[in-house]
Amino acid sequence: METKSIMIVGVGGQGSLLASRLLGNVLLAQGYDVKVSEVHGMSQRGGSVVTYVRYGDKVYSPVIEKGEADAVISFELLEAARCLPYLKKGGHLITSTQQIDPMPVITGAAKYPEDLTEKLSAAGADLVAVDALTLAEQAGTSKAANVVLMGVLASKMDFPEELWQKALEQCVPAKFLELNKKAFELGKNA
Amino acid sequence: MKKLMLGNEAFARGLYEAGCRVVSSYPGTPSTEITEEAAKYDEMYAEWAPNEKVAMETALGASIAGARSFCGMKHVGLNVAADPLYTASYTGVNGGMVIAVADDQGMHSSQNEQDSRHHAIASKVPMLEPSDSAECKEFVRTAYDISEMYDTPVIVRMSTRVAHSQSIVELEERRDDSLKEYVKSPQKYVMMPAYAKGKHVFVEERTEKLIEYAETSPLNITEISETAEFGVITNGAAYQFAKEALGDKASYLKLGMVNPMPVRLIRDFAAKYEKIYIIEELDGVIEQHCRNIGVTNIQGKEIFGYIGEIPQSVIAEKILGEKKEFNALEENIPVRPPVMCAGCPHRGMFYTLKKLGVTVSGDIGCYTLGACAPLEALDTTICMGASISGLHGFNKARGAESEHRSVAVIGDSTFMHSGITGLVNIAYNNSNSTVIILDNSITGMTGHQQNPTTGKNLKGDPAAAVNLEELCRAVGIKRVRVVDPYKLSECEAAVKEELAADEASVIISRRPCALLKYVKHNAPFKVNGDKCVGCKMCMKLGCPAISMRDGKAVIDHTQCVGCGICTEMCKIGAIG
Repeated sequence: METKSIMIVGVGGQGSLLASRLLGNVLLAQGYDVKVSEVHGMSQRGGSVVTYVRYGDKVYSPVIEKGEADAVISFELLEAARCLPYLKKGGHLITSTQQIDPMPVITGAAKYPEDLTEKLSAAGADLVAVDALTLAEQAGTSKAANVVLMGVLASKMDFPEELWQKALEQCVPAKFLELNKKAFELGKNA
Repeated sequence: MKKLMLGNEAFARGLYEAGCRVVSSYPGTPSTEITEEAAKYDEMYAEWAPNEKVAMETALGASIAGARSFCGMKHVGLNVAADPLYTASYTGVNGGMVIAVADDQGMHSSQNEQDSRHHAIASKVPMLEPSDSAECKEFVRTAYDISEMYDTPVIVRMSTRVAHSQSIVELEERRDDSLKEYVKSPQKYVMMPAYAKGKHVFVEERTEKLIEYAETSPLNITEISETAEFGVITNGAAYQFAKEALGDKASYLKLGMVNPMPVRLIRDFAAKYEKIYIIEELDGVIEQHCRNIGVTNIQGKEIFGYIGEIPQSVIAEKILGEKKEFNALEENIPVRPPVMCAGCPHRGMFYTLKKLGVTVSGDIGCYTLGACAPLEALDTTICMGASISGLHGFNKARGAESEHRSVAVIGDSTFMHSGITGLVNIAYNNSNSTVIILDNSITGMTGHQQNPTTGKNLKGDPAAAVNLEELCRAVGIKRVRVVDPYKLSECEAAVKEELAADEASVIISRRPCALLKYVKHNAPFKVNGDKCVGCKMCMKLGCPAISMRDGKAVIDHTQCVGCGICTEMCKIGAIG
């Protein structure tokens, strides 16, 4: 199988590391060669963060570049727009509708673009926009928005349900497991 | 058993499997997780040292004592540890000794982009370079074999991409970890001139033997493709990028051992093709070696340059002339740089410094973000500890004019790393300098590591805690005071008074990092929209939780931790 590429993007602190670990474990259990590339350190402090997940028979580069992603999952709307160029033509763009102002917007040096979901659709992306924050709060905490979006992704992929459940058990501490399973379910049915 | 592992996690597994017994490191992105993961194995003693030099000397001491040992650091950390490295090359080892150095191609989290291979060449220490997690583990095991067989420390060079990518690793059992016998041997371990002269001869002979090893070592792999029209010589992450971009259009010589490099192996490979591309990130080390040994049908830096990573798109474009198509919005997308977190205790102090318009000599840590808008408080950031010694030099150059309007800022961990020597210099050489220690009770930027001021060790067990106030007094600073950075008026008074004083002073700005689990957060604040006049005073703090909507300030309840400094900014009491 040709190597597939999925990008998970958001704002530092939104939980992209857990999301990529979940996906990585599902892919490993499916028997694929897998590479997951993360960003640590300074960029994690409220900046744009990008995680690359690649899988197939044999994966070389851990990095996804412009025009290469089969899917982009974004935890924040502006980051979805920023990463649109990475999406292959016809690729899936799954985004939370949450908006977090970056510092140049906070200081007044720049404006948060308006009507981004419409513009992303118009630009040819196969767009799914979900209010992941509200769904996560329904599950019990706004922090689970990452797992809600993984639920949305799961509904687009053809992997057995039990692999996702097992990955959740592997990656989430026991006391938060039920909450995250609920968040995942809400995402899947969104 | 197969597992998806971060390169750093696989490296730690390699330490475990190779029978390593003693681990000492200083955190630094992208190397930190090696030691954090190593600490999870009870069979290995693991610690955070105050700096990389101490860590390397600890590892060398353990090696001399007969244990397999390890120290890990980021690229700039190896500069700090260069002193023991260059002489450890002469003494060699007893138990095997492995050093991890993690370069940061692309400068994701560093102040420079140096290529650590130069240290390996200059210190004449062998250096291996893995290109994925499986190799991280395997190369560590091999590094211990080389270390003990050739009587040398061995450096394993990591990169951000290899350290922080997960790929599949096959786990194996731990090997023999018994201590070797320690025999007193001054000719080997006492490096005074009479003995060191003999050891230099040994080092040169060892290098010759290591070149022979490199000719046939399984670390250096040749992959011949029948359909190849050209050859590629490459190393580390660049190998993966090259394979992705070029596939079987090229044949490859992948150097897993980047110092010393083979001669015959490279000549033979290069002779197979009319054209050889050298694909290596940062400096042209392989390329220069090729030229030195008379291989000239090569192209490298003239097309790939010296800066950042060389990902598949660059290789495909430069060699094959291929470019990918993609969509983009015409919209201007504002950048999202990293920021100090909501509730960050550094914010109050930086706001104060900005307000007072002082010159700020900065340092390495989360507080380097104080350089960003809107606080823009820093004047300099160079390296670990340079805030204090740099301020001293600045003040000696400009005298009273700067002494009463300049400060140094440094975090608790950075102060212990190499700030303390600068403070001794200030006291000893009678400098009227004002130093602010931003004590957030943790090593923040690298992801919350304990340090000698926190009262806990790497494993989280209770440990001796340095008392910063007493330490500063002990080196000869008489004016030492503590402030709470959540209280802006207190910060301002302290900074004004200490700048006015005619002697050196230390202000300890003390508040634990808001992200620490034990820190209890207050309820988030809210803006009373009826009262808010949209004056944007609260916006001057650069808090990511506060933004303007329809001319009024709003606070994001998911981010706000209730630190309350915005309530001090709001003169009309609209925030409560």
